[in-house]
Amino acid sequence: MRHVALTVNGQRTELDVEPRQLLVYALREQLGLTGTNVGCDTSSCGACTVLVDGESVKSCTVLAVQADGHEVTTIEGLGHDGELHPMQQAFRENHALQCGYCTPGMIMAAVSLLADHPDPTEEEIRHGLEGNLCRCTGYHNIVKAVRAAATAGR
Amino acid sequence: MATVEKPTRFVGSSQLRKEDPELVTGSATFVDDITLPGMLWLGVVRSPFAHARIGSIDVSKALALPGVVAAYTSADLELSPLLMAWQINDQVKNPPHNPLTKDKARYAGDAVAVVVAESRALAKDGALAVDVDWEPLPAVTGIKEALAEGAPLVHEEFGTNDAGSWSIAGDSPVPRRGPTAPFFDDPELVKISEEYYLGRLIPNAMEPRGVVVDPNVAMGEFTVYSATQIPHILRTALVISNGIPEAKLRVVAPDVGGGFGSKLEVYPEDAICLAVAQKLGRPIKWIEERSENYLATLHGREMFQQIELAATRDGDLKAVRVKLTASMGAYLRLVSPGIPMLGAWLYHGCYDCDAYDLEYTNVFTNTTFTDAYRGAGRPEATYAIERAMDALARELDLDPVELRRKNFVPTESFPNYTIASGLTVDSADYHGTLDKCLEVLDYDSARADQRARRERSDRKLLGIGFSTWIEMCGLAPSRVLSALNYAAGGWDAATVELMPTGTVRVLTGVSPHGQGSETVFAQIVADQLGVDYDDVDVLHGDTGTTPYGMDTYGSRGVAVGGVALHAATERVIAKARALAAHELECAEEDLEFSGGNFTVKGTDREVGIKALAFSSWTAHNLPDGMEPGLMATHLYDPPNFSWPNGAHCCLVEVDQLTGAVEIVRYIAVDDCGVQLNPMLVQGQVHGGVAQGIAEALYEEAIYDGEGNLATGTMVNYLVPGPPELPSFEIHDTVTPSPTNPMGVKGIGEAGTIAAPPAVINAVIDALSHLGVHSMERPATPERVWRAIQEAKEGRP
Repeated sequence: MRHVALTVNGQRTELDVEPRQLLVYALREQLGLTGTNVGCDTSSCGACTVLVDGESVKSCTVLAVQADGHEVTTIEGLGHDGELHPMQQAFRENHALQCGYCTPGMIMAAVSLLADHPDPTEEEIRHGLEGNLCRCTGYHNIVKAVRAAATAGR
Repeated sequence: MATVEKPTRFVGSSQLRKEDPELVTGSATFVDDITLPGMLWLGVVRSPFAHARIGSIDVSKALALPGVVAAYTSADLELSPLLMAWQINDQVKNPPHNPLTKDKARYAGDAVAVVVAESRALAKDGALAVDVDWEPLPAVTGIKEALAEGAPLVHEEFGTNDAGSWSIAGDSPVPRRGPTAPFFDDPELVKISEEYYLGRLIPNAMEPRGVVVDPNVAMGEFTVYSATQIPHILRTALVISNGIPEAKLRVVAPDVGGGFGSKLEVYPEDAICLAVAQKLGRPIKWIEERSENYLATLHGREMFQQIELAATRDGDLKAVRVKLTASMGAYLRLVSPGIPMLGAWLYHGCYDCDAYDLEYTNVFTNTTFTDAYRGAGRPEATYAIERAMDALARELDLDPVELRRKNFVPTESFPNYTIASGLTVDSADYHGTLDKCLEVLDYDSARADQRARRERSDRKLLGIGFSTWIEMCGLAPSRVLSALNYAAGGWDAATVELMPTGTVRVLTGVSPHGQGSETVFAQIVADQLGVDYDDVDVLHGDTGTTPYGMDTYGSRGVAVGGVALHAATERVIAKARALAAHELECAEEDLEFSGGNFTVKGTDREVGIKALAFSSWTAHNLPDGMEPGLMATHLYDPPNFSWPNGAHCCLVEVDQLTGAVEIVRYIAVDDCGVQLNPMLVQGQVHGGVAQGIAEALYEEAIYDGEGNLATGTMVNYLVPGPPELPSFEIHDTVTPSPTNPMGVKGIGEAGTIAAPPAVINAVIDALSHLGVHSMERPATPERVWRAIQEAKEGRP
């Protein structure tokens, strides 16, 4: 077991993990933050996307020990005081989700995209989210939602 | 036609979804989010070989690992074979599908043992430590190879891999127009014959499967949480195979992350986890990994199609004759043998003809079993006829649009027109729908652009592909299902209950997993009762609370479950009316009901539905004989399928040097009757079209010669991401269904049914002047490039 200390959604957290423990399972099974989903085992789908020090990472491809000393933000840490984050609101208003399984990861990736490119074109959004798969929406409304969030954020 | 009720307040508007707040915040509960006290994890030992006899299984090394609690093979668990519900006729060969295989593995991924341990990782460690003495056997994975003389036999007891055949002439309960032979013998008619191969697809719901079983040992009761589309059917199947009584088995589909047919199944893991929980008396959890999902969860499609058309020289379609051979994989699953049949009445599409024949043969191979994948049988039919119509247009030197128009069933034939295959289509206006598509497209300009590029010898050529599609959904009339030898009915149920304070609880027998049924159902009820949308709560997916229903698949949520709900609400209103008449001391027929209020006609005396809900709950002043409460249930059996249809057009640019295909426009004009929530309708079309495009350009599950799944992970099976797909141009026409009072039809599968031929027709259209007249799918850059080279070399 290894002892790690990290900040998750603003809360300083210490836990003991197996060296092989993936960050996503430390979040889900040790910290009870089940909003982050696992959709594949090859870093292909992006359902497990979280922010580490503000950058989007696939938490199924990061060991929990690698997150030692870092700041992690999950979907649960996005909204404030019961209010949806503008990206969550944009996803809802633009029907950018159906089953919702890819949604937490997709939203985290989109938040990270806008942090780097506040006013992306449709093409930039599609390429910016290329690491995230959705099987329900065909991405049409996801692209719309990210554009809407970008416009709202200007 | 039945009178269609006018949209009032919520129906017809794009209400934001009730489902979304918990999904966008990560507070939804998927199966993997469930953790129970004392819970153990289950790992499955799967065959690495496509075909291998099992010598012995040694679990001792697994049991020796710290944290491993138990390990079982088929000898240790009393597991009955899984239910197969569609004995299409008496020729069907249905081998037992044991949840843990006994004698041999028949596909790579076949389950042979399970290990139970204290954690997810330990269960996996344990499964890897089980030693199986395998004796590999020659495997067969291709349909034609499996039918060849001397092929390895997936099930030796049958002496063949032929799993049985079905024909429209011999097995359909309704007479078709035909036979076709005289037309194909007629020398005056033009004939074309085409063969298409539809590759195997992996459904890829974003949430893999999972099961948690919670035993209540003292009571002998079990709750099964499963990532399933069919909690009600799954419970019945488990009751039949396990012997546990219904009263002691509750099945819950919690939040379910997509299905597309892949969770319309009774899986080995459902039965195994239940049996292990019974044995150990502790909660058991199994969560599928994605690569495991590619082996252990059903695949879709895979068939050879031979389609022949006979037509006059001026393009009048006379006869359609079809032969299919479909891969079942290693076993027949819940409805596998009937999947080709779901398209069997649709291979002449929306065209009129004088004769129709179809037969299909199901084939066993050493591959993962196939079953329903979005559209199930209907994308296959639409692909064949829409490709063949383009081929016929080329043969006759006609414009593909002109040929289609010439053969559409005329609009004035509807409602309720009996088509050549023998079923009756409720309503359609094929010309109107195609007109709209051409208008949005600006067909003449597109053709001019295509000609100009060819004349300039542009590197990138333009192709225009059409798909004028029709399908049968809203599964299904129970009497028809009976005539087709399906084991269950196709009705559904809804309960509507007014709470004492006037809010409404809806219980539905359908089990949505992304469709937005909570939203649409609340819209229906809010309008009928005149209450607020936010005051309607819709519960589903739990056999412990909802009435028995037939769950969600086959675009039946609204077309069956929604219509049941509409009727149940009418019953509530009828009872409320009687109570209102009692309270207002008038005759029922003197009351008008509008906006949630009963008013005595011509007066200002009124009582609201919420007040009636309260007085029916106190029951202090009810008419003699009236039961307390405002609650009603309705079970609705649809008298017909619903028949949505549409016209799709795909514009592609094909790069002659690289073979790359880019979709530059995708136009969908669909007609699903009255739309309850246009935003959700469009969402269904978006996702469906995306899956259809994926089928045409990107996805195919491929087995190597030894039966290994070569596309075994998301790295080498190309589920398209955002850059691989275009934005869509979605339009509609509205031709109400005469079958139900809301005028609705299903829309869940439309895009997947329509899109593949539109895309492939566009690719061929781009290259037809070079001599390319056929294209395998998926139309990968390599395939397209090779087709161009072969056509060029073949030219004189």
